[in-house]
Amino acid sequence: MSPYLRAEWSKLWTVPGTAWLLAGAVVGTAGLGALAAAACSPGECAGGDPTRTSLTGLHIGQCVVAILAVLTIGGEYATGMMRVTLAALPRRPAVLAAKAAVLAAVVLPAAAVAVPASLLAGDGPSMADGPVLRAAVGSVLYLLLVALLALGVATAVRNPAAAIGCVLGLLYLFPIVAAAMADEDWQRRLQRVGPMSAGQSIQATAGLDELPIGPWAGLGVVALWAAGALLLGALALQARDA
Amino acid sequence: MKGFWTAVRAEWTKFRTVRGWVVATAAAAVAMVGLGLAPGMSGSCGKRGPGSECELPVGPNGDEVTDVFTFAHRPLTGDGSVTARVASMTGQLEGSGRAVLAPWAKAGLVVKDGTRPGSSYAAVMLTGAHGVRMQYDYTHDRAGSSGGGPRWLRLTRAGDTITGAESVDGAQWTDVGSARLRDLPSTVEIGLFATSPQYAEMVSMSIGSMGASTEPSQVTAVFDGVAPGGDWTGTVVGERGRPIGGYTRDGDRHTLIGTGDIAPATAGAAGLGTTITQTLVGTFAALIVMVVVGTLVATGEYRRGLIRTTLAAIPRRGRVLAAKALVVAAVTFVTGVLSAAVLVTLGQRVLRANGVYVHAVGTATELRVIAGTGALLAVAAVLALALGTLLRRGTTAVTAAVATIVLPYMLVLAALPVDAGRWVLRVTPAAAFALQQSAKQYDQVDNLYIPQEGYFPLAPWAGFGVLAAWTAVALAAAAWLLRRRDA
Repeated sequence: MSPYLRAEWSKLWTVPGTAWLLAGAVVGTAGLGALAAAACSPGECAGGDPTRTSLTGLHIGQCVVAILAVLTIGGEYATGMMRVTLAALPRRPAVLAAKAAVLAAVVLPAAAVAVPASLLAGDGPSMADGPVLRAAVGSVLYLLLVALLALGVATAVRNPAAAIGCVLGLLYLFPIVAAAMADEDWQRRLQRVGPMSAGQSIQATAGLDELPIGPWAGLGVVALWAAGALLLGALALQARDA
Repeated sequence: MKGFWTAVRAEWTKFRTVRGWVVATAAAAVAMVGLGLAPGMSGSCGKRGPGSECELPVGPNGDEVTDVFTFAHRPLTGDGSVTARVASMTGQLEGSGRAVLAPWAKAGLVVKDGTRPGSSYAAVMLTGAHGVRMQYDYTHDRAGSSGGGPRWLRLTRAGDTITGAESVDGAQWTDVGSARLRDLPSTVEIGLFATSPQYAEMVSMSIGSMGASTEPSQVTAVFDGVAPGGDWTGTVVGERGRPIGGYTRDGDRHTLIGTGDIAPATAGAAGLGTTITQTLVGTFAALIVMVVVGTLVATGEYRRGLIRTTLAAIPRRGRVLAAKALVVAAVTFVTGVLSAAVLVTLGQRVLRANGVYVHAVGTATELRVIAGTGALLAVAAVLALALGTLLRRGTTAVTAAVATIVLPYMLVLAALPVDAGRWVLRVTPAAAFALQQSAKQYDQVDNLYIPQEGYFPLAPWAGFGVLAAWTAVALAAAAWLLRRRDA
């Protein structure tokens, strides 16, 4: 194990919040999903797609995961730990890459528990079903990509509180502006480029023709956002004084 | 009191010397104005040459109204009455051709000051799903019996009083209600009418947003037993383009096909155009920023240990908190009011220039929306400040503040089913967005009265009260803990 990975791994697990946040992501995702599935009579919510209804909890899950991601680097800037880290491990892009890898290593298992738990807590659409399996796998990847996006933003912004505001704004800006638009072309345009609205199309198992963007293409949009944010973060980290 | 102003000055100095907070406040205003003025909406009003301007008739009370219906009429001078039986009503959606009778499809009798749209009227009618109604001058609505058709109706004029009555068999009559129309001339038009409004349905569009689907509907109403006899003139009132529907007669069987409504005009899915609330869509972006700033004003001092200096200089801790709250509230209020004022005045023009019809609102409503936007942002920022004081750690506090203040509103707009969303907008701090409502909601007009269209479940100041109550509780808890805890 490289010293970069080992350093990030021990930092992540010795901060008291990590385990709580991961547990919160699982409980919040599955809990809101179960509530939504119970509150919506069949066909009422999410275009009558029970899989999407069960995955409503991702709204909470993505927030918690984003907070965890922001804290992995923002917490270091808040306490001044960052200077120690960069003194000990001078290859800055490798530090960011190690943080991303460690983050992925904890977010993926948590998401892999949260998503099936949401689907089981709901009406229980069978995961052997092709589209449902796609939604499940895609939602796990979606949570991972949101975490990486948040990590990139936090590296660029540094202040953890401001970074959380930026990430949430980025996620919700597009659907809210789209919802307020009367022009349908503009709505679809915004929903295609927004990380959340495009990425959540992976949850759909019905009415694929009406989606603003296809499921995998939508996940690709989030991947682009995450890659862009990480690149921006890496450049900022490289260029700036810590 | 002098000590308090010293504390306020200290806090103001701290605020304006932190570059990030000043930049963030400016960014909040820019984001809000930018989102509101972005050309995301366009319409066809006035875009297809002269005559395509969207203008709504104005009713006797000065409200904008819809006044489109099929009318079989004749003049009546002095007192008199008309009686008829609505034998059947059938509906159809014009787009999809589905056989649906709109709940507020109307067929009945009307007495009206001429056939000019927007003129004074009184009518008794059978509706698609709301029984017999007596309505007059667009905004007034009184329910009769709740049964369906066929039903006998009678409308009587005596002086300036119009009385509507209904009957199941044509022998036993019950009054539905009466109206006094003061400006009615001695000669009016009286007769049969039929009309059917836009049919709106809630659809969940693509991922993460709810929306509305609407299409015009039409009603085919058959009348018989019409008294007095004689000839009636068929007119489609208020239709400027292609007239839809019309009047045909076969002996005592009068058939009216109508599309439109006689009702106050509403904005949104089933109405025409939008309201000034639309221009304030960027408020939530400013809300996120100001909530973060409000939290940091409290937690920033703990991060650097400045709080110990502050409390040494001003030992009355409640006073420090009050001064911080005042500074945050004042800065946010001014930012919010300025942005909202720009948006409400300029945003309307941009929308109109894009061919979108914007409903006129009174100056009082406009002022309430502008001041309300500032107040909503200011009190939310103070709530965030209180949460920051309670929790002390920046990340935890920002998360808590965003989760209680911003997230509920986002979930309502983007994820929750309509009924759950209404509850969220009654109990969470997001209720204060009701201050931005500028459209009126009418029970007798079918529309989707949903937050996305600018309709909120609480009255404006009641919604603000919910946010204020949250803030008061949080601020009291913060003051108590600040006094009790060691810094």
